Amino acid sequence: MAMPCVSPDGKPTTSGMATLEAIKEGASTPKAISDATGQPLFRVRSGLRELVGAGFVELYDGSYLLTPNGESVL
Amino acid sequence: MVNLMEETKTPKLPLIGEKAPEFEAPTTQGNLKLSDYKGSWLILFSHPADFTPVCTTEFMAFAEIYLELQKRNTELLGLSVDSTSSHIAWVRNVEEKMGVKIPFPIIADLNKEVSTLYGMIHPAQSKTETVRTVFIIDPEGTLRTILYYPLTTGRNMQEILRIIDALQTTDEHKVATPANWKPGDPVVVPPPKTAEQAEERVKEGYDCKDWYLCFKKL
Repeated sequence: MAMPCVSPDGKPTTSGMATLEAIKEGASTPKAISDATGQPLFRVRSGLRELVGAGFVELYDGSYLLTPNGESVL
Repeated sequence: MVNLMEETKTPKLPLIGEKAPEFEAPTTQGNLKLSDYKGSWLILFSHPADFTPVCTTEFMAFAEIYLELQKRNTELLGLSVDSTSSHIAWVRNVEEKMGVKIPFPIIADLNKEVSTLYGMIHPAQSKTETVRTVFIIDPEGTLRTILYYPLTTGRNMQEILRIIDALQTTDEHKVATPANWKPGDPVVVPPPKTAEQAEERVKEGYDCKDWYLCFKKL
Protein backbone atom coordinates (compact mmCIF):
# COMPACT_ATOMS: atom_id res chain seq x y z
CA MET A 1 0.00 0.00 0.00
CA ALA A 2 1.42 3.41 -1.00
CA MET A 3 1.83 5.72 1.98
CA PRO A 4 3.03 9.24 1.18
CA CYS A 5 3.40 10.44 4.77
CA VAL A 6 4.56 7.31 6.60
CA SER A 7 7.22 5.01 5.14
CA PRO A 8 6.98 1.19 5.36
CA ASP A 9 9.34 1.23 8.36
CA GLY A 10 6.84 3.36 10.25
CA LYS A 11 8.78 6.63 10.12
CA PRO A 12 7.33 9.84 8.64
CA THR A 13 8.42 10.59 5.06
CA THR A 14 9.65 14.02 3.95
CA SER A 15 6.08 15.19 3.31
CA GLY A 16 4.99 13.62 6.60
CA MET A 17 7.71 15.52 8.44
CA ALA A 18 6.64 18.75 6.70
CA THR A 19 3.11 18.16 7.97
CA LEU A 20 4.34 17.49 11.51
CA GLU A 21 6.48 20.67 11.41
CA ALA A 22 3.47 22.69 10.23
CA ILE A 23 1.36 21.35 13.09
CA LYS A 24 4.14 22.17 15.55
CA GLU A 25 4.16 25.74 14.19
CA GLY A 26 0.44 26.04 14.89
CA ALA A 27 -1.33 24.87 11.72
CA SER A 28 -4.17 22.71 13.00
CA THR A 29 -6.54 22.32 10.04
CA PRO A 30 -5.94 20.64 6.67
CA LYS A 31 -6.27 24.02 4.91
CA ALA A 32 -3.74 25.70 7.25
CA ILE A 33 -1.34 22.77 6.81
CA SER A 34 -1.79 22.93 3.03
CA ASP A 35 -1.02 26.66 3.08
CA ALA A 36 2.03 26.14 5.32
CA THR A 37 3.53 23.22 3.40
CA GLY A 38 2.44 23.96 -0.17
CA GLN A 39 1.01 20.45 -0.47
CA PRO A 40 -2.34 20.12 -2.24
CA LEU A 41 -5.29 19.88 0.15
CA PHE A 42 -6.22 16.35 -0.98
CA ARG A 43 -2.73 15.09 -0.11
CA VAL A 44 -2.80 16.79 3.27
CA ARG A 45 -6.13 15.14 4.13
CA SER A 46 -4.83 11.74 3.02
CA GLY A 47 -1.51 12.24 4.84
CA LEU A 48 -3.23 13.26 8.06
CA ARG A 49 -5.21 10.00 8.03
CA GLU A 50 -1.94 8.11 7.84
CA LEU A 51 -0.23 10.17 10.52
CA VAL A 52 -3.21 9.68 12.83
CA GLY A 53 -3.19 5.93 12.07
CA ALA A 54 0.54 5.74 12.82
CA GLY A 55 0.12 7.59 16.11
CA PHE A 56 2.04 10.77 15.23
CA VAL A 57 -1.00 13.06 15.19
CA GLU A 58 -4.37 13.12 16.91
CA LEU A 59 -7.59 14.91 16.09
CA TYR A 60 -8.93 16.74 19.11
CA ASP A 61 -12.04 18.91 18.98
CA GLY A 62 -11.61 19.56 15.25
CA SER A 63 -7.89 20.41 15.46
CA TYR A 64 -4.89 18.28 14.54
CA LEU A 65 -2.30 18.07 17.33
CA LEU A 66 1.04 16.30 17.71
CA THR A 67 1.08 13.24 19.96
CA PRO A 68 4.17 12.59 22.14
CA ASN A 69 5.26 10.20 19.33
CA GLY A 70 4.90 12.99 16.78
CA GLU A 71 6.88 15.40 18.95
CA SER A 72 9.63 12.86 19.46
CA VAL A 73 10.44 12.55 15.74
CA LEU A 74 10.85 16.30 15.20
CA MET B 1 -34.50 -16.43 -16.44
CA VAL B 2 -33.29 -13.30 -14.66
CA ASN B 3 -30.10 -13.83 -12.72
CA LEU B 4 -30.85 -11.97 -9.50
CA MET B 5 -27.34 -12.51 -8.11
CA GLU B 6 -25.86 -10.91 -11.22
CA GLU B 7 -28.29 -8.00 -11.07
CA THR B 8 -27.50 -7.17 -7.47
CA LYS B 9 -23.77 -7.03 -8.32
CA THR B 10 -24.24 -4.35 -10.97
CA PRO B 11 -24.29 -0.91 -9.38
CA LYS B 12 -26.40 1.86 -10.81
CA LEU B 13 -24.17 4.03 -12.97
CA PRO B 14 -23.66 7.58 -11.72
CA LEU B 15 -25.40 10.25 -13.77
CA ILE B 16 -24.91 13.98 -14.26
CA GLY B 17 -26.40 15.94 -11.37
CA GLU B 18 -26.00 13.11 -8.86
CA LYS B 19 -23.47 12.92 -6.03
CA ALA B 20 -20.33 11.17 -7.25
CA PRO B 21 -19.98 7.81 -5.46
CA GLU B 22 -17.47 7.90 -2.57
CA PHE B 23 -14.47 5.59 -2.76
CA GLU B 24 -11.13 4.99 -1.10
CA ALA B 25 -8.39 3.62 -3.31
CA PRO B 26 -4.63 3.13 -3.42
CA THR B 27 -2.87 5.60 -5.72
CA THR B 28 0.66 6.59 -6.64
CA GLN B 29 0.34 9.31 -3.99
CA GLY B 30 -1.12 7.19 -1.19
CA ASN B 31 -4.62 6.08 -0.29
CA LEU B 32 -7.09 8.70 -1.45
CA LYS B 33 -10.79 9.17 -0.87
CA LEU B 34 -13.05 11.10 -3.21
CA SER B 35 -13.94 13.30 -0.22
CA ASP B 36 -10.28 14.36 0.05
CA TYR B 37 -11.07 16.59 -2.95
CA LYS B 38 -13.95 18.44 -1.31
CA GLY B 39 -13.62 22.14 -2.13
CA SER B 40 -11.81 21.50 -5.44
CA TRP B 41 -13.04 20.59 -8.88
CA LEU B 42 -11.87 17.09 -9.81
CA ILE B 43 -11.32 15.40 -13.16
CA LEU B 44 -11.44 11.65 -12.49
CA PHE B 45 -10.39 9.85 -15.65
CA SER B 46 -9.62 6.29 -16.66
CA HIS B 47 -7.22 4.93 -19.24
CA PRO B 48 -7.03 1.38 -20.63
CA ALA B 49 -3.54 0.40 -19.49
CA ASP B 50 -0.07 1.61 -18.55
CA PHE B 51 2.74 1.41 -21.13
CA THR B 52 0.37 1.78 -24.08
CA PRO B 53 0.86 4.39 -26.81
CA VAL B 54 -2.36 6.43 -26.83
CA CYS B 55 -2.48 6.51 -23.01
CA THR B 56 1.10 7.77 -22.90
CA THR B 57 0.23 10.66 -25.23
CA GLU B 58 -2.81 11.43 -23.09
CA PHE B 59 -0.86 11.45 -19.84
CA MET B 60 1.68 13.83 -21.30
CA ALA B 61 -1.18 16.02 -22.52
CA PHE B 62 -2.89 15.95 -19.10
CA ALA B 63 0.44 16.92 -17.51
CA GLU B 64 0.70 19.82 -19.98
CA ILE B 65 -2.64 21.30 -18.88
CA TYR B 66 -2.10 20.59 -15.17
CA LEU B 67 -0.98 24.14 -14.35
CA GLU B 68 -3.96 25.58 -16.24
CA LEU B 69 -6.24 23.27 -14.29
CA GLN B 70 -4.70 24.32 -10.99
CA LYS B 71 -5.42 27.96 -11.86
CA ARG B 72 -9.04 26.82 -12.09
CA ASN B 73 -8.95 25.04 -8.67
CA THR B 74 -9.12 21.72 -10.50
CA GLU B 75 -7.25 18.50 -9.70
CA LEU B 76 -6.60 15.43 -11.83
CA LEU B 77 -6.93 11.80 -10.72
CA GLY B 78 -6.15 9.00 -13.17
CA LEU B 79 -7.24 5.36 -12.95
CA SER B 80 -6.59 2.03 -14.59
CA VAL B 81 -6.76 -1.58 -13.45
CA ASP B 82 -2.95 -1.77 -13.27
CA SER B 83 -1.00 -2.01 -10.01
CA THR B 84 0.64 0.88 -8.15
CA SER B 85 4.04 -0.58 -9.08
CA SER B 86 3.09 -0.57 -12.76
CA HIS B 87 1.87 3.04 -12.51
CA ILE B 88 5.09 4.11 -10.79
CA ALA B 89 7.24 2.33 -13.39
CA TRP B 90 5.24 3.90 -16.22
CA VAL B 91 5.33 7.48 -14.95
CA ARG B 92 9.07 7.11 -14.28
CA ASN B 93 9.49 5.83 -17.85
CA VAL B 94 7.48 8.73 -19.28
CA GLU B 95 9.67 11.18 -17.36
CA GLU B 96 12.89 9.44 -18.40
CA LYS B 97 12.07 8.83 -22.08
CA MET B 98 9.68 11.67 -22.86
CA GLY B 99 10.87 14.28 -20.37
CA VAL B 100 7.39 14.83 -18.94
CA LYS B 101 6.74 14.58 -15.20
CA ILE B 102 3.29 13.28 -14.27
CA PRO B 103 2.29 15.39 -11.26
CA PHE B 104 -1.10 13.91 -10.40
CA PRO B 105 -2.00 10.63 -8.64
CA ILE B 106 -3.20 7.49 -10.43
CA ILE B 107 -5.56 4.97 -8.84
CA ALA B 108 -4.43 1.34 -8.93
CA ASP B 109 -7.84 -0.27 -9.36
CA LEU B 110 -6.71 -3.88 -9.47
CA ASN B 111 -9.94 -5.15 -7.88
CA LYS B 112 -12.00 -2.99 -10.32
CA GLU B 113 -13.93 -1.53 -7.41
CA VAL B 114 -13.85 2.10 -8.55
CA SER B 115 -14.09 1.32 -12.26
CA THR B 116 -17.19 -0.80 -11.63
CA LEU B 117 -18.70 1.88 -9.40
CA TYR B 118 -18.28 4.46 -12.16
CA GLY B 119 -19.09 2.24 -15.17
CA MET B 120 -15.63 2.56 -16.67
CA ILE B 121 -15.47 -0.97 -18.07
CA HIS B 122 -17.48 -1.47 -21.25
CA PRO B 123 -17.30 -5.21 -21.89
CA ALA B 124 -18.04 -4.97 -25.61
CA GLN B 125 -14.82 -2.93 -25.93
CA SER B 126 -12.75 -4.82 -23.39
CA LYS B 127 -13.61 -7.00 -20.39
CA THR B 128 -10.30 -6.30 -18.70
CA GLU B 129 -9.52 -2.65 -19.45
CA THR B 130 -11.27 0.60 -18.69
CA VAL B 131 -12.38 2.74 -21.62
CA ARG B 132 -11.34 6.39 -21.70
CA THR B 133 -13.79 8.06 -19.33
CA VAL B 134 -13.81 11.56 -17.89
CA PHE B 135 -15.89 12.46 -14.82
CA ILE B 136 -15.89 16.13 -13.88
CA ILE B 137 -16.90 16.54 -10.24
CA ASP B 138 -17.56 19.93 -8.66
CA PRO B 139 -16.32 21.14 -5.24
CA GLU B 140 -19.51 19.85 -3.58
CA GLY B 141 -19.00 16.36 -5.00
CA THR B 142 -21.70 16.56 -7.68
CA LEU B 143 -21.08 14.97 -11.08
CA ARG B 144 -21.22 17.74 -13.66
CA THR B 145 -19.92 16.10 -16.85
CA ILE B 146 -19.35 12.54 -18.07
CA LEU B 147 -17.41 11.75 -21.25
CA TYR B 148 -16.70 8.35 -22.78
CA TYR B 149 -14.11 7.79 -25.49
CA PRO B 150 -13.29 4.47 -27.18
CA LEU B 151 -9.96 2.75 -26.66
CA THR B 152 -8.62 4.01 -29.99
CA THR B 153 -9.36 7.74 -29.60
CA GLY B 154 -7.19 9.98 -27.44
CA ARG B 155 -8.93 12.79 -25.57
CA ASN B 156 -8.89 16.49 -26.47
CA MET B 157 -7.41 18.44 -23.55
CA GLN B 158 -8.60 21.79 -24.85
CA GLU B 159 -12.16 20.49 -24.80
CA ILE B 160 -11.74 19.35 -21.19
CA LEU B 161 -10.38 22.78 -20.23
CA ARG B 162 -13.25 24.38 -22.14
CA ILE B 163 -15.81 22.34 -20.21
CA ILE B 164 -14.24 23.37 -16.88
CA ASP B 165 -14.34 27.03 -18.01
CA ALA B 166 -17.94 26.66 -19.15
CA LEU B 167 -19.12 24.99 -15.92
CA GLN B 168 -17.37 27.57 -13.75
CA THR B 169 -18.79 30.41 -15.86
CA THR B 170 -22.28 28.92 -15.55
CA ASP B 171 -21.95 28.64 -11.78
CA GLU B 172 -20.58 32.15 -11.34
CA HIS B 173 -22.91 34.03 -13.69
CA LYS B 174 -26.02 31.79 -13.88
CA VAL B 175 -25.82 31.59 -17.66
CA ALA B 176 -25.44 28.85 -20.27
CA THR B 177 -22.78 28.58 -22.96
CA PRO B 178 -23.56 28.09 -26.65
CA ALA B 179 -22.00 25.70 -29.14
CA ASN B 180 -18.27 26.13 -29.59
CA TRP B 181 -18.19 28.71 -26.78
CA LYS B 182 -14.82 29.71 -25.41
CA PRO B 183 -13.94 32.17 -22.63
CA GLY B 184 -14.62 35.75 -23.76
CA ASP B 185 -17.42 34.78 -26.15
CA PRO B 186 -21.01 35.92 -25.48
CA VAL B 187 -23.02 33.61 -23.23
CA VAL B 188 -26.65 32.53 -23.45
CA VAL B 189 -29.15 34.10 -21.07
CA PRO B 190 -31.41 31.38 -19.57
CA PRO B 191 -34.69 31.17 -21.49
CA PRO B 192 -37.72 32.92 -19.95
CA LYS B 193 -40.15 30.75 -17.99
CA THR B 194 -43.32 32.78 -18.63
CA ALA B 195 -44.88 34.77 -21.47
CA GLU B 196 -44.46 37.93 -19.42
CA GLN B 197 -40.73 37.26 -18.96
CA ALA B 198 -40.47 36.58 -22.70
CA GLU B 199 -42.06 39.93 -23.45
CA GLU B 200 -39.74 41.72 -21.04
CA ARG B 201 -36.68 39.84 -22.24
CA VAL B 202 -36.54 41.60 -25.60
CA LYS B 203 -36.44 44.99 -23.82
CA GLU B 204 -33.55 44.13 -21.50
CA GLY B 205 -30.73 45.13 -23.84
CA TYR B 206 -29.51 41.63 -24.60
CA ASP B 207 -28.53 40.59 -28.09
CA CYS B 208 -31.78 38.72 -28.79
CA LYS B 209 -32.31 36.77 -32.00
CA ASP B 210 -35.77 36.02 -30.72
CA TRP B 211 -37.42 35.86 -27.28
CA TYR B 212 -35.94 32.42 -26.51
CA LEU B 213 -32.39 33.02 -27.78
CA CYS B 214 -30.61 35.95 -26.17
CA PHE B 215 -26.87 36.49 -25.74
CA LYS B 216 -24.94 38.79 -23.47
CA LYS B 217 -21.29 39.69 -22.90
CA LEU B 218 -19.87 39.06 -19.44
